[in-house]
Amino acid sequence: MTSKYTTVSIPIPLHERLERLVQKKGSFKSVSDYVTYVLREVVVMHESDEVPEAFTSEDVEAIRLRLKALGYL
Amino acid sequence: MTSRPHGGKLVQVSQEKLAGPKGKELSLNVSAETGITIQNIAQGILSPIEGFMGRNDYQSVLNGMRLENDVPWTIPILLHGPEGFSAGNGDVVDLVSDSGTTLGVLSFEESYKIDRKEFAMKVFKTEDQSHPGVANVYSQSPWAIGGKILRAPKAEENPFTSVTLSPIETRFLFKEKGWKDVVAFQTRNAPHIGHEYVQKTALAFADGIFINPVLGKKKPGDFTDEAIVESYKTLMRGYYPAGTAVMSVLNYEMQYAGPREAILHAIMRKNFGCSHIAIGRDHAGVGKFYGPYEAQEIFEEFPDLGITPLFFREFFYCNKCQGIANEKICPHPESNRLTFSGTKLRAMFQSGEAPPREFMRPEVADTILSLPQPFVE
Repeated sequence: MTSKYTTVSIPIPLHERLERLVQKKGSFKSVSDYVTYVLREVVVMHESDEVPEAFTSEDVEAIRLRLKALGYL
Repeated sequence: MTSRPHGGKLVQVSQEKLAGPKGKELSLNVSAETGITIQNIAQGILSPIEGFMGRNDYQSVLNGMRLENDVPWTIPILLHGPEGFSAGNGDVVDLVSDSGTTLGVLSFEESYKIDRKEFAMKVFKTEDQSHPGVANVYSQSPWAIGGKILRAPKAEENPFTSVTLSPIETRFLFKEKGWKDVVAFQTRNAPHIGHEYVQKTALAFADGIFINPVLGKKKPGDFTDEAIVESYKTLMRGYYPAGTAVMSVLNYEMQYAGPREAILHAIMRKNFGCSHIAIGRDHAGVGKFYGPYEAQEIFEEFPDLGITPLFFREFFYCNKCQGIANEKICPHPESNRLTFSGTKLRAMFQSGEAPPREFMRPEVADTILSLPQPFVE
């Protein structure tokens, strides 16, 4: 199986700060663990900026009719 | 604007009348529960899942609680099949019920063997077969079949069709109502005052609440699907401001996987367009298999889940406070507290007695008492 990890370069002083933080906090196993967590948190925010509508204009009338018939609208 | 579907896209599988297997097509017998999963895949409730998991996603979910592409996912979605079932990549397989009805059409990708012990330990944190989820795993074949669902039939009409909405419909509905912050409330019970308190606490800061009872396979002594739906209708009519609550049911087989299942519950509600989900004490748990707040703690591991959990402690009625409280806000001893016990509630109803109003709204109790069979026998 191919590795599921890759290497990203970050400034050495930042790595050192993170190392100290990780040791102090104890809730992350490593700097990599911490960086992965933070990046996932940030990436999802950026991905959420663009939310495509789940329904097309063709769907709209059928959905509206059903919701009205059932008393939701 | 409603929240982004999980994985970025709401899956929509073509739902049409299916003719059933023709002479040359491969077919596989599947359970009614698998039929429900197929419907949930087809409607996008399980987005971004487009079919039953192959080996790589299965292992990735089991070991890392993420799909192979890094999207959070905590419980494998498997199609169990017989040993030796084989087909070519892309071959079309009809998934049929015992009565011969086609429940879905799958594009075969692979067949592989799972280690049921590993599955039980990682998903349920136990091998104890008194856990219903573990027992279910061991009752199934260890062979799994991976592949995309190409087509599914339209959902069959049932007594709850009029209160069943798909994610595309709830998303449209929330948009029409102008709701941005929508809190999902998952339930398997008729509402007592504690439930109402959680919902209204959440509603105090949100635009709307999405009450999403889970219907399906139940244990003896559980409220029937009818009792849950009718009692919620009564509660919403009498005690919620117009336009603040929507109820739609979810057909889904509970697995009682506690923390891992809480994440899956959140993902499904995100796909319905909810921005938040209420997570209470021992959410999706059973017996004493999980710690009381384990299903809340697991959310710390998913900064990218895309739906915000709202954590609630257990509520009770306090005679001294003269209202609903929880251990964080009530200083009085347990002797002053009336806890919302399901067992107590059931015993009262079974003797034809309505619970006290501190426990349940009288109109809700009347609704339940008016039903010929409010509990599963």
